Amino acid sequence: MEVSAPLIKNILLLDSEGKRVAVKYYSDDWPNLAAKLAFEKSIFAKTQRTSARTEAEIGMFDGYIAVYKFISDLHFYVTGGEDENELILATVLQGFFDAVSLLLRSSVEKKTVLENLDLVLLCLDEIVDGGIILETDSHVIAGRVAMRGADADVPLSEQTISQALATAKEHLARSLLK
Amino acid sequence: MALIQPAPKKDDDREDDSEYSPFYGIEKGAVLQEARVFNDPQLDARRCAQVITKLLYLINQGETFTKTEATEVFFAVTKLFQSKEVGLRRMVYLIIKEISPTSDEVIIVTSSLMKDMNSKTDLYRANAIRVLCGITDGSLLGQIERYLKQAVVDKNPVVSSAALVSGIHLLQSNPDIVKRWSNEVQEAVQSKASLVQFHALALLHQIRQNDRLAISKLVTSLTRGSVRSPLAQCLLIRYTSQVIKESATNTQTGDRPFYDYLEGCLRHKTEMVIFEAARAITELNGVTSRELTPAITVLQLFLSSSKPVLRFAAVRTLNKVAMGHPLAVANCNIDMESLISDQNRSIATLAITTLLKTGNESSVDRLMKQITNFMSDIADEFKVVVVEAIRSLCLKFPQKYRTLMNFLSSILREEGGFDYKKAIVDSILILIKEIPEAKESGLVHLCEFIEDCEFTYLSTQILHLLGLEGPKTSDPSKYIRYIYNRVILENATVRASAVTALAKFGLTIDALRPRVLILLNRCLYDNDDEVRDRATLYLKTLGEDDSCKQFKESLFEELDVPLANLEASLQSYNASEVPFDLSLVSREIKPQQLAEKKAPSKKTGKDFGSKAANEALPLGTSAPDAYEKLLSSVPEFSSFGKLFKSSAPVELTEAETEYSVNAIKHVYLGHVIFQFNCTNTIAEQLLEKVSVVVDSGDAEEFDEVFSKHIESLPYNVPGQAFVAFRKPEGVCSAGKFCNTLKFRVNEVDPATGEKEDEGYEDEYQLEDLEVTAADYILKVGVSNFRNTWEALDPEFERVDEYGLGVRENLQEAVQAVVTILGMQPCEGTEVVASNARSHTSLLAGKFIGDIQVLVRLSFGIDAQKQVAMKLAVRAEDQSVSDAIHEIIASA
Repeated sequence: MEVSAPLIKNILLLDSEGKRVAVKYYSDDWPNLAAKLAFEKSIFAKTQRTSARTEAEIGMFDGYIAVYKFISDLHFYVTGGEDENELILATVLQGFFDAVSLLLRSSVEKKTVLENLDLVLLCLDEIVDGGIILETDSHVIAGRVAMRGADADVPLSEQTISQALATAKEHLARSLLK
Repeated sequence: MALIQPAPKKDDDREDDSEYSPFYGIEKGAVLQEARVFNDPQLDARRCAQVITKLLYLINQGETFTKTEATEVFFAVTKLFQSKEVGLRRMVYLIIKEISPTSDEVIIVTSSLMKDMNSKTDLYRANAIRVLCGITDGSLLGQIERYLKQAVVDKNPVVSSAALVSGIHLLQSNPDIVKRWSNEVQEAVQSKASLVQFHALALLHQIRQNDRLAISKLVTSLTRGSVRSPLAQCLLIRYTSQVIKESATNTQTGDRPFYDYLEGCLRHKTEMVIFEAARAITELNGVTSRELTPAITVLQLFLSSSKPVLRFAAVRTLNKVAMGHPLAVANCNIDMESLISDQNRSIATLAITTLLKTGNESSVDRLMKQITNFMSDIADEFKVVVVEAIRSLCLKFPQKYRTLMNFLSSILREEGGFDYKKAIVDSILILIKEIPEAKESGLVHLCEFIEDCEFTYLSTQILHLLGLEGPKTSDPSKYIRYIYNRVILENATVRASAVTALAKFGLTIDALRPRVLILLNRCLYDNDDEVRDRATLYLKTLGEDDSCKQFKESLFEELDVPLANLEASLQSYNASEVPFDLSLVSREIKPQQLAEKKAPSKKTGKDFGSKAANEALPLGTSAPDAYEKLLSSVPEFSSFGKLFKSSAPVELTEAETEYSVNAIKHVYLGHVIFQFNCTNTIAEQLLEKVSVVVDSGDAEEFDEVFSKHIESLPYNVPGQAFVAFRKPEGVCSAGKFCNTLKFRVNEVDPATGEKEDEGYEDEYQLEDLEVTAADYILKVGVSNFRNTWEALDPEFERVDEYGLGVRENLQEAVQAVVTILGMQPCEGTEVVASNARSHTSLLAGKFIGDIQVLVRLSFGIDAQKQVAMKLAVRAEDQSVSDAIHEIIASA
């Protein structure tokens, strides 16, 4: 058997009716839109009634392991293969969840996510690249999404949480002005 | 209430829908129009970023762009590199990846991206690398390789990670280029940045994955401890277990290379690493209980964690361990039982199925009580898993069938979907088949179930079984009511099966026949033709006297003629005065049919011969059943009684010879039949009148009674010749037989298959065939060795000691003795713990004449690898105990 690095199959962000808010697939296991939507529907239906609000929950769905966490009207999912280390998936989920919370200044709900969809999509892009985990530290992710350090002299490594937050606020303010 | 206007939204210029969304009413066409702002000479960065977000939103919702639309958007986006606004630039990177331009379009952005790759801004560099590597093809890679190589060792982790991850992706398409970065990647493995170390290790391993030595070196050096990142640590654990798998364990000391490293990881501060290591240990090949213990201990701690993910991971791993090492997991049973009430039903189900695997006989009742409460609130898919676990538990503890059968029947009465119900019915069917005591209660449960069953498939299956098994029970009449109720209440398919089931009762039990006839008469007015037809047919046949009993039986039994033969006979049958006679249909499996099936296969040699012989047996039946069917096609064998045992095929020719022959020994109480599977491997020859002449000079107790030759043996079509011997009943006569293949050779044209000459007689010497004592012992296990052992008369126990000489290890010695005796090892005692100095194996079997025999083998090995064995035998007959000792003594 080939030994592989942990691989993420997909990251899903669905609303309280199971509709897509932002999704990203990193695997060809779902070859077309119909297959993807079917997976989202099935995973949503099976997790809908669970309470994954304080701690991330977990389950097997159609031969995949998925970890999930809900907040207000949003459902966050991270899916991996059947043999994946569950705790690695949970770390990715936590990274995504916290980074979104940081960027949206804790007002994590469908409305704000849609208003700041650019930030959420960038978040997905900074967490996983082609299935390989890119970063799991929410502060680093949020900083990279905000391109903090790109237009200033402060290198990213010296950037503080407050700076990352400031960037996030700036983004939020901008989006509200739209 | 309803009349109150919805409160105005703050963005009321865009929305009047109750749910606010910035993308409400978004349309692809309109957004594509909007994308024209990308071409404005004065770029409005914020507006452009908004349009890109809208495009990404559309893509995310599953909208697709046509080729032209994508190209248009792509070209427009490339204009945005003029803007210096960082937020916009980040969105540009993202949308380029999403559009994934074609190779001739890529060239447009290459220079812009290459400029960003050399930018002073690290985030530009990182993103440009990821985008460029994501969309480029091999040709461009040469130009940027130098930058990538540098980027790998960049001091900023974001750049380094970007280059490494891109390297992992590129390795699939351009392995040569990426392999040249080895030195840089190796340097990056030592990086202080956690994720860089992880990415570098993943890439380094992939570069070297085909070089086992290099991987082994890598693991050796890194396990000494320079890996800090938890993710990298997990990787290293995976690579280490791969190395362990591929390297031979040190059989002398019993120490496994790198085990200490894995064990050390169990004390890591990150749960992710601890779990990865624990899991790796449980998956080691032939893991010993000493090695397992520390891993099980940490998993046990996880079971009571407050985090569902940890509990799930632990219980899932323990569930797998329980399959191979139930005892090792038994320590966790208390923690596991508390998980039955876990909020997360996946965890609860895993806990239950683990408990079912590890539980012992005494805990079954308590466990079932807990499961009953649990079953009502889980989904069907989990229930199916539980039912399957209960089925295997019941097979493991047949004595407990009453509790488990009651449980199955109670859940059968509850609500549930088809898959769930089918799993329960299948389980009951299997239990009825495997545990004779459970038959009657099982049948009653099934009867009750069909009273209220909404699934036609299950009803018909159960009715069929009732027809077969019902008449054989102590009180067959009670089933008739259940069956006839179906005729009154069900749909046509079920009614038809019920009619057949009824008729079977009438046929088998004379006392019930008049009553069945009355019931069948009522079915004559059914409104479905199939039901009416069946009822008419059965009434007619059952009403007649016993003279046509054979016909009646054939109506219900499965056809014992090959369907193809029947079809051929029916086609050639002309409707005339003479009725069709089923008994005239050939029962021989025609070689020609096989030839057609096998035609595409060009494989020759002995392997082919035996394989084809096996395939000749009807599919879906087990080998003994299939042999029985084959043997019953020869009328002369019918007087031999019941087939006791068929051996595995024994090759009588070398590989790659002209004629390939293997033999199967079929043992009856007073007879032995040799079945010779012959294959002619010369295309230019047709063999005729092929027989095997067996010289039983060295087998005094055997008298040849019958021989059947093969009429014609064309190229590559296996045929079967038989020779039968009589021998004293119930005695395990041994002997050696010399075999010669005799035949008439005809030269043929391989193309047409026509004979070219008159042919001549020839013969061919085959290897000798031996009948040994093991041929008279059937591998039949017992469910409880101890009880069965004690039930046998100690008077008939024979004990002796033997020296087995020098052996590599105990496992080999056990294997050898088990093979010689041909008995079934019980309770997993055929497996010797590695490095054990002593071992006890328990074997069970049936000696010819259905005499139960049990063997207790105690082995010991000394420092010189001399193996000694104590053999204790108990059997229902003293002569059998002696026979077993004779087998060992003469082996």
